[in-house]
Amino acid sequence: MSKEKNNNTDIIEKEYTTLNLGPTHPATHGIFQNVLKMDGEIILEGESTVGYIHRAFEKIAERRPYYQITVLTDRLNYCSSPINNMGWHMTVEKLLKIEVPKRVQYLRVIIMELSRIADHIICNSVIGVDTGAMTGFLYIFQQRESIYDIFEELCGARLTTNIGRIGGLERDFSPKAWALIDKFLKEFPDKLKEFENLLMRNRIFMDRTVNCGPISAEKALGYGFTGPNLRAAGVDYDVRVMNPYSSYEEFEFTVPVGTQGDTYDRFMVRQEEMWQSVSIIKQAIEKVKKEPAGVYHADVPEFFLPPKEEVYNNMEALIYHFKIVMGETDVPAGEVYHCVEGGNGELGYYLISDGGRAPYRMHIRRPCFIYYQAYTDMIKGTYLSDAILTMSSMNVIAGELDA
Amino acid sequence: MSNTLLDTVNDKLKAKFGDGVLSAEMHYDFPVFTIRKDIIHDVIKFLKEDEELAFGFLTTMCGLHYPDNKGHELGVMYQLHNLPKNLRIRLKTFFSISDPHIPTVTDLYPTANWMERQEYDFFGIIFKGHPNLKRILNMDEMTYHPMRKEYPVEDGTREDKDDKMFGR
Repeated sequence: MSKEKNNNTDIIEKEYTTLNLGPTHPATHGIFQNVLKMDGEIILEGESTVGYIHRAFEKIAERRPYYQITVLTDRLNYCSSPINNMGWHMTVEKLLKIEVPKRVQYLRVIIMELSRIADHIICNSVIGVDTGAMTGFLYIFQQRESIYDIFEELCGARLTTNIGRIGGLERDFSPKAWALIDKFLKEFPDKLKEFENLLMRNRIFMDRTVNCGPISAEKALGYGFTGPNLRAAGVDYDVRVMNPYSSYEEFEFTVPVGTQGDTYDRFMVRQEEMWQSVSIIKQAIEKVKKEPAGVYHADVPEFFLPPKEEVYNNMEALIYHFKIVMGETDVPAGEVYHCVEGGNGELGYYLISDGGRAPYRMHIRRPCFIYYQAYTDMIKGTYLSDAILTMSSMNVIAGELDA
Repeated sequence: MSNTLLDTVNDKLKAKFGDGVLSAEMHYDFPVFTIRKDIIHDVIKFLKEDEELAFGFLTTMCGLHYPDNKGHELGVMYQLHNLPKNLRIRLKTFFSISDPHIPTVTDLYPTANWMERQEYDFFGIIFKGHPNLKRILNMDEMTYHPMRKEYPVEDGTREDKDDKMFGR
C-alpha cells in the first residue's frame, strides 16, 4: 500500500463484487451469462453474453432446400416449435403464391394455439417455481404433456415437431387426434383454473411479482418488445390482429393488455392468452366441421410431397417426389417477409430467393434476441432475486436467442 | 393500401432527399426503397419523426451480401413499422465491401444495438457511432465474418463428398 493511501485510512474505498450469473446457473433456465456488478445484493450494472448455443441457422439455410429448413425452425423457440414451423411454411407459401385451403388454415390455427398454450404453461409455471411455488408447476405440467401427446399423434414428434409441410399438413388429423384434442379441451379449463387459484391472488406471489422488473410502454417499444411482454406494458400489438394470417381475422378473441409491464402483468397476460387460445381452438374446431372433410393440403404437386404409396405406384408422383427431394422445382425469385405471433412475440422470416433451390439469404426476426437486450437495463438497481424472476417472466428461450 | 403507401412515402422522400432515393418498388406486400448510403440515417430519422408516417418501431434489420455487385457488395436492410396505423416499409442501402461503414441507428432505436452487433458479427459491417460494437453470437477470437458469401457452409477441401449437383 502506498504511503499516500495510508494517510487517508479514514476514507474507506467502496468495493463492488462481480458476480457471474450463468452461463449454467440452474435459475436461468438455459445458457445465459450475465456479468453483474453488485453492491451487496443490489445490481448496479450488468452485461449479457449471448451466443452459447449459436448454430448459424441463417448460414445453414443458405444451403438447404426450402423443406429442409423447417427442422431448423424447430430449434428456435423449442417450447412452441409448431408456431415456428407454420411461420416458415407460410413464408414459403407467400413466396410461391400458394393459396392454402380454409380447412388447412383452421387446422393450423388449432396446432398453433395448442403450442401457444404449451409455451405459456412453461413460462408461467416457471415463474411460480422461481417464486418458490413448486406445486403449480407440477399440477399444470400434466396439461403440457397432454398437448405433446396431441402433437405426437399429429406428426410423430413431441418437442421438435417439424409439423406440417409447405402447402399444407403432412397428414390429416386422425380420429385419435380429435379425441385427444376433445379430451384436452374438457380437462384443461379446470386445471388452468386450479393453477390460477394457486397463484393469481396469492399474497406471497403478488408481493413477489408486483412491481418486479417493470418496463414502460415507451421503453418497451424502443427496445423492440413484441408479444406478451409488450402487451403487459400496455401496447395492444398482436400480429394475429394486426396482420392476420391463416384466417385469424375470422376468429373472435380479445388481446389482453397490462399496465405496469412488470412480472405480475406478464404472468397475467399469458394467463389470459391461454383462455383466449382455448376459445380460438373451440371456434376453429367448429369451422373445420363446416369445411369439406379430408382436405389437408393445397393442390400443388410441385411442392407438396405425394403420399408414399403413390410414389411407388404412380409415375407422376414418383417424378414429383424426386424433383422435390432433389430440390429441382422452380422457385420464383423475390423477397418476402412474413411474421407470425410466436410464443413470445413477432417471429418474422425474411427470405430472399434468387430462383435457386435454397434461399439466397434467410433472416429470422427472433423476438427473444431483440427484447433480451433490455434485460440488463431492467434489472439495474434491483435485487438479484428479482433479476432471476424478471428473466423467467420475459420467457427468454436460449434456442431463439442464439439461433 | 400498400401501393398508396409506396407512393406517399416515395413522394415525401423525393421531396426531401431528391435523387437520394435510388428505387422504390413493391416486393410482394412490402414497399421497398433503396437509399443512398450517405443519407440513410437522415432518411430513417425523417421517417421516424414525420408526423404522418411516424415509423416508430424498428422491426428488424439484417445484412446482405451480393459479391457480384461490384462497388455495392454489402448492404443493410431495415424494416420499419408504424404500429398505430399498421404501415410497414423496408429500406435498403448498399455500399462497397472495401469501405463497410454506415451510420448507426441506435440513437433513434435502442433496439438496433444488438441487431447491429449481429450484422457486424456476421458481415463485418461497421456501424459508426455504435456504443458497443463487438461480436455478439460468435466468439471474440474469430477473425472473419462468416455470413459473407465467400465462406461456404461445408468444408471445401473434402473430397469424399461430391455434391456439386446439389445446391449452390
